[in-house]
Amino acid sequence: MQKGILLLKDGTVFKGIIHGKPHHSIGEVVFNTSMTGYQEILTDPSYAGQILTMTYPLIGNYGINHFDYESHGSVVKGFVVREMCSYPSNFRCDKTLDQFLEENNIVAIEGIDTRALTKILREKGSLNGAIIVGEPTESEIASYLKEIDEYTIKEPVYEVTVGEKETHVCDNTKCRVALYDFGFKRNILRSLVRRGCEVTVYPASTSAEEIIKTCPDGIMLSNGPGDPKDCKDIIENIKKLFQSGIPMFGICLGHQLTALAMGGDTAKLKYGHRGTNHPVKDLKHDRTYITSQNHGYAVLADSISPEIGEVSHININDDTVEGVRYNNGVFTVQFHPEASSGAMDTGYLFDDFVSLMVEKKGRSKKDAEE
Amino acid sequence: MPKNKDIKKVLVIGSGPIVIGQAAEFDYAGTQACRALKEEGLEVVLINSNPATIMTDDNIADHVYIEPLNTETVKKVVLKEKPDSVLPTLGGQTGLNLAMELAEEGFFEEHNVKLLGTNVDSIKRAEDRQAFKDTMESINQPCIASKVVHELQDALDFAEEIGYPVIVRPAYTLGGTGGGIAYNKEELTEIGTNGLRLSRVHEVLIEKCISGWKEIEFEVMRDSKGNVITICSMENIDPVGVHTGDSIVVAPCQTLADKEYQMLRSSALDIISSLKIEGGCNVQFALEPNSFEYAVIEVNPRLSRSSALASKATGYPIAKVATKIAIGYGLDEIVNAITKKTYACFEPTIDYCVIKFPRFPFDKFVKAKKTLGTQMKATGEVMAISNNFEEAILKAVRSMEIGTDHLEIKAHKSLSDQEIIEKINTCDDERIYAICEGLRREITSIEEIHKITQIDLFFLKKFEHIIEIEKQIQKNLTLEVYDTAKKYGFLDTVIERLSGKPLEFESKQGVYKIVDTCAAEFEAQTPYYYSTHDEVNESLRTNKKKILVLGSGPIRIGQGIEFDYCSVHCVWALKEEGYETIIANNNPETVSTDFDTSDKLYFEPLTKEDMANLIRVEQPDGAIVQFGGQTAIKLTKALTELGVKIIGTQLEDIDAAEDREKFDEILEQCNIPRPQGHTVFTTEEALNAAHELEYPVLVRPSYVLGGQGMEIAYCDDDIIEFMDIINIHTQEHPILVDKYMEGKEIEVDAICDGKDILIPGIMEHLERAGVHSGDSISVYPAQSLSDRIKNTIIDYTEKLAMALHVKGLVNIQFVVYKDEVYIIEVNPRSSRTIPYISKVTTVPMVDLATKVILGTPLKELGYGTGLYRESEYVCVKVPVFSFEKLHGVDASLGPEMKSTGEVLGIGKTLDEALYKGVVAAGINVKENGNVFISVRNSDKQEAVEIAELYQDLGYNIFATGKTANVLNHNFIAANVVKKIDDGENNVMDMMNENKFDLIINTPTKGRQPLRDGFKIRRKAVEHSIPCFTSLDTARAVAKTLEDKKRKKELSLIDITTLRK
Repeated sequence: MQKGILLLKDGTVFKGIIHGKPHHSIGEVVFNTSMTGYQEILTDPSYAGQILTMTYPLIGNYGINHFDYESHGSVVKGFVVREMCSYPSNFRCDKTLDQFLEENNIVAIEGIDTRALTKILREKGSLNGAIIVGEPTESEIASYLKEIDEYTIKEPVYEVTVGEKETHVCDNTKCRVALYDFGFKRNILRSLVRRGCEVTVYPASTSAEEIIKTCPDGIMLSNGPGDPKDCKDIIENIKKLFQSGIPMFGICLGHQLTALAMGGDTAKLKYGHRGTNHPVKDLKHDRTYITSQNHGYAVLADSISPEIGEVSHININDDTVEGVRYNNGVFTVQFHPEASSGAMDTGYLFDDFVSLMVEKKGRSKKDAEE
Repeated sequence: MPKNKDIKKVLVIGSGPIVIGQAAEFDYAGTQACRALKEEGLEVVLINSNPATIMTDDNIADHVYIEPLNTETVKKVVLKEKPDSVLPTLGGQTGLNLAMELAEEGFFEEHNVKLLGTNVDSIKRAEDRQAFKDTMESINQPCIASKVVHELQDALDFAEEIGYPVIVRPAYTLGGTGGGIAYNKEELTEIGTNGLRLSRVHEVLIEKCISGWKEIEFEVMRDSKGNVITICSMENIDPVGVHTGDSIVVAPCQTLADKEYQMLRSSALDIISSLKIEGGCNVQFALEPNSFEYAVIEVNPRLSRSSALASKATGYPIAKVATKIAIGYGLDEIVNAITKKTYACFEPTIDYCVIKFPRFPFDKFVKAKKTLGTQMKATGEVMAISNNFEEAILKAVRSMEIGTDHLEIKAHKSLSDQEIIEKINTCDDERIYAICEGLRREITSIEEIHKITQIDLFFLKKFEHIIEIEKQIQKNLTLEVYDTAKKYGFLDTVIERLSGKPLEFESKQGVYKIVDTCAAEFEAQTPYYYSTHDEVNESLRTNKKKILVLGSGPIRIGQGIEFDYCSVHCVWALKEEGYETIIANNNPETVSTDFDTSDKLYFEPLTKEDMANLIRVEQPDGAIVQFGGQTAIKLTKALTELGVKIIGTQLEDIDAAEDREKFDEILEQCNIPRPQGHTVFTTEEALNAAHELEYPVLVRPSYVLGGQGMEIAYCDDDIIEFMDIINIHTQEHPILVDKYMEGKEIEVDAICDGKDILIPGIMEHLERAGVHSGDSISVYPAQSLSDRIKNTIIDYTEKLAMALHVKGLVNIQFVVYKDEVYIIEVNPRSSRTIPYISKVTTVPMVDLATKVILGTPLKELGYGTGLYRESEYVCVKVPVFSFEKLHGVDASLGPEMKSTGEVLGIGKTLDEALYKGVVAAGINVKENGNVFISVRNSDKQEAVEIAELYQDLGYNIFATGKTANVLNHNFIAANVVKKIDDGENNVMDMMNENKFDLIINTPTKGRQPLRDGFKIRRKAVEHSIPCFTSLDTARAVAKTLEDKKRKKELSLIDITTLRK
C-alpha cells in the first residue's frame, strides 16, 4: 500500500492510498455524480486534462470489460475514489479497475473523503490540484502548489481527436454522416451506425471544405474537452459547415462551438455538470428528460440571437442552456443523448437527426428530378 | 400542468391494521399525502381503521373516520362528506383494492368522485395478471413464462408444460399471501388450492421458477405530462425466490454495470409510460446473472414498502410528490424539498450505501416455519447507511435488536461444522449468519456458498472481508487494524470481545454526513444525517436548547407503530415549546424518520456506542426515552452513564418498576396487593416456586416487551418446556413466576407531573386475565366496573405514580379478581394504547406528557386532574393477527403477544363498537351457519351458555365427543364430530369441505403442535374460518350479531368532532 495525497490549489490536503500507475499528476479536479458507468466516464475523452472524482463511494464493483470503452483508453489526469473494489463481480468483467488504470498510466487515489472534496469544489468552483505519491514535506507541497497554480489545459481537442479519417460502414445505409471529431464518444458513432448511417470520422484539424466536398447527408459535431473558445480554427470551419446547408447535429463541445460560430457566447460554469441525473426541459414540447452530462462550459442564453435560432432546451436545476435550434434546421444539445453512461431517454434526437437527413435527401432528389 | 382547480375535497383511504406485508410504511405515506393536500388548501377526509397511526390524528386531516375499511363504510363516508375526489394509491393494497371495487361498481362515477392519480384502467392493467402480461408483450418487455388460472387442473396442466418448479402467485393479495414454490404435483395441488381460495378474484398465476436470478427493483415516478424519473434502484442480496420484503436489500444496485442498469431503468420507464402511471410505481425485475436476459416480475402501481425504503434511502419525499402529481402538478413544477432550489424532476444520486434488513417475528414464534420463500414473513425492517457496504450491514444487524451486535449469532457457536453447512443450505432468516460462521471456521469458500445460495460473489466477498478483519483483530490488534475495523463498522465492544482485552486505543468514532439526494452537488437544507467513518463531520451543533428523542426501531410483535406515533408527537410538542428536536431511529417505514418531522434526524442503530457518538456531537440538554418503547427504555442506563440528563421518569424508577424486589417494596409501602410470585433463575427454582404458589402460574422473563416468552403453566412439564425456551437467549435478568389469577383485566394510562395525575380513561379487557393485553379486545370506557373498583384503580394509580416518581406517562395493568383489585404490572413509559385513548378521549396524552416532563404542572394544561370525563361513545380495540403468513404458529390467545396490529371500533353502544371492531379486523362472522365447538375440560360448563347464544342466532352446533356430550346434556342440540384420529369424515375433513362457518376452540395447554386443537386452529387460519380461542370473545361477538340481526344502522363518527 503506497500512500499519497490529493493536493488542491487552495492548499487543502487529502491523504489516501495510491492505485493505478503511481506518478505525480496535475489536473483540474472535477466531480461526477453517476452511480454507475465509471468505465464509460473514464474513457470519455472530454475529461482530458482533468482529475476525476466519483461521488459514489464504491467504485470498481463490476470491473472493466472490453465492450464498454468510449475511446481506446483513458485520458484523465487522475482518478479519485472513496473505495476501490479489488474483487469485481460481473459476467462481462475482464479485469479490475486498478489493472485498467495501471495499463492506461493513470494514477488513482483511494480513501478520500470524496463528499468533503465535492463540497469544496461546489463552493469554490472546479480547482486545479494534484495527486502526489508519497508523503511530501511542507516545502515540497509549496512547490507543487506553484505548479498547480500555473497549470492550464492546453488545446486538449488535438490531443484526443483521431489521427486520420476513418469510415465505419453499416448494412443498408440510409445516410452518410461526417463526424467531426473533437474527442468523440464511441456511442455517438454506435448510435448513428445503429440507425443506418455510414459514418466517416474526421480529425479536428480537417477543413470545412474537405468535409463539404464529400457531400455528406449530415454532419455530426462531437463532444470534446476544454474551453470552446480555444478552438478558433474549428469555430471558423463550423461557420462554413453551417452555411453549407447540410443537416447538422452537435453534442456538448460541438454545441458550444456552433454557438460561438454563430455569434453566440460561452462561459465557464462554477463547477460544471457531470453526472447522469440532469433534468433538461424541451421547451417546445414541455417535457423534461433525465440526461447524461459532462461539461464545464455553457452557452449563454442571451447570446443566441433570434435571427439565427432559439434556445430549445434548458436545465431546470440552474436554467442553463441545454440545446439550441437554429433557423436553418441545425440543432445542438449540451447534454449527451448517446448516454453511455447514463439515461438513454434522449436517444430520439438521433432519430430526429436521421429524419432530417432523410427528408433533406428526399427533397434534393425531388429537386433534381424536377 | 398546474394544480387542478376542480379539486376541493379529497378522500384518502388508509391501509388499515398492521399485518405482515403491510406495515407502518403506509402511515408514513398517508401522513405525507394528507399534509401535502392540506398544504394546497384542500379539505381532506380520511378513513382508516388503524387507530395507532399518525394519519388518523385530528390535525392531519380535516375529517377522520376510524371505521372499518370496507366498501359499505367508504360509501357511507362518501355520501356524508361528498368529496369530489379520492386518492387511492397511498393506502397500500387494501386502499387500492377498495377504491378499485367501488370504481368498478360505478359508485364513484355515480357520485361524481374523481379517482386521483393513476386511472382505473391502468391499475387494472398492472394488477391483473393477464392484462399485465399482454401489456408487457405489446411493448416488448419480457415476462416469465406464466399462465393465469382459475382452476387447479389448469395449473397442473400448465406446470407439466413448462416443467417444475413453478411459482404460485395469487392475484390481489398482500405480501404474496397464499403463494409459494411448488416442486411437484403434490405441492402444487396444496399451494394452488390455497392460493385460489385466498385470491379475491379466485385467480392465481402459475409461473416458471427463475430462482437464482438477481432480483432488482426500480422505484419510478411519472406525471400526467409524461415526465418519467427513477428515484432509486435496489438490489436484493437474496436472489429471486425470497420475497423482497424478506430479503436483505442494498441501494443502489451494486453489481450492475451501466449497460445492465440502463437496460432495466429504460424498461421500468417504458413500463410506467405505457401503463400511464401518474404517481409512484415500483417495478421488480429478475436479471439472469450471466447475460442481459431479464424478466419483469411485478409492477405495483401505487406506493409500497419499497417506495418508503427508496424515499428514506435517497431523501426524496416520494409520497408527497406522488400526491402533488395526483392533484395535477408536473414533476417539473414541484420544488425539491431538500435543496429548495431545484425541482422534483430529477433523479436522486446518492453517495453512500444503504442496506435494509428484514425483522422477523421468529424470536416470538419459536415454532414457526422459518424458511423464506415467496410469502412474506417479516413484520418490519431496519435501514442503515454508510459510505461502505461492510459498515452499512453491521449497522443494520445491530439495529435489529435480535440479541447480536455483529454478523454472528450465539446459537451457531455450538453447532458442528456439518450443521453450519446445513444451515447455509437452508434459506431462512439465519442463513446470512451461518454463511459468516462457515467463512469464520473456514469450512467452506465463497465460491461454494455462491453455488449453494446464488448470492452474488460481490456480497459474499464483503462478508469474507468482515471475517478477515475479525481474524486480524484476533491475531494482533494494532492501531492500523483497529482503524480498519472501525472504518468497516465494528463496534468497540465487538473489537474488545474478539481481541479478548479492553481497548488500548482512544475510541475512534464516526462523523456525520448528510442525506441530500444529490451527492453534495447542491447545498442541502435537510437535517438528515448518518454516521460513517470519514474525515469531515457535517453535523454542526447549534446553540439552541436541544432534546434527543429515541425512536423505537423496527416494527415487531409487541412494539408497533404506536411508539412511532408517540415519538413523533413528543417531537411536535417539544418544537412547540421552543426546543430543537433530535430524533435517532432506524426504521425506514415511519413518520419519525421523515426528514421534516424533527429538527435533526439521525438514521442510526440504537445502541450505546452509536448513541455515545451522537451525544458527543450534539451534547443535548436532555434525552427522552419514555416514548420509544422498550428499545428506548433499554438505553436509559447507557445514556445515564454517558452523562445525559434523562428528562422524565428517572432510571432508578424505571428499574424499580421492573425489578421484582424493589417493586414489591413499593407495593408494600403503598399497601397495594399483587398476585404472589417469585423470581428465579433456574428450572429447578421455577418448579419450586410453582409448587409453592400452586398451579396455574405465569412464567415470564423480566425486561421484555409484548409478554415475550410469557406462558401460563399448568404442570411441571410446562415449566420445564417454557424455561428451556426462555433460556435459549442468555437472561441478564431473573425470570418471574407468579400466581395466575383468572380475573378481569383493567388497563390505565396516566400522566403524572409528580404532584397530580390525569387518567384519560379506564380500559377493560374483554378476555379475562391470561390473554396478553396487546391481544385482547380492549374496551373504553370500562363497562362493568363498580364505582368502588374504579376509585380503587384511581387511588392505586396515583399512589404508584407518586411512589415511582413518574414524570410523564405510566401504563398500569390490574386484575380484578373476586371483587378485589390486584396489580399485574407497571410500565413507567408510553404504551400501545396511548394513540387510541388519546384520540377517543381527546386528551392529547403525549403532548401533555411532554409538557409535564419539561416542567409545566398538569393543572395548567387545561385537562384537569384525576379521571377525565368519559366519552359518550364506546371504543373497542380489536387485535389483528397475521397467522396465515406464519406456518406452525398456534393461533390461540395466551399471555404472549401474537398480534401484529389493531383496529378500532367506535359506536354508541358496546355491541355496536365491538361489531364494527370485529368487522374492521376482518373477522367475518356470519349471522348464522355452522359453528364447531371444542373446548378444554375446565371450559365445558361455560361453553353451554355460549353454545346457546349461537343456537339462538340460528347456528347449527357441531362439537367433538365430550363437548357435544355436555351440550346435549344441557339441552343444546349438538352434532358429534369425529376427532382427527377417529377415521374418515373427521373434523379436518369437514373443515376442508368448508362445513364450518365459525370455530370456538380453547387450547388445552402449552404449544404442542401435535395436538388436535393446534391442528384445528391452523386449519381454520388456512381456510380463513373465524376462530375464537377465548370464550369471552365468543360470547361478546355473539351479542353483536344479535344487533346485526335487528339490522340496526351503524353510526359513522368523525373523530375530529369529538373535541367539540
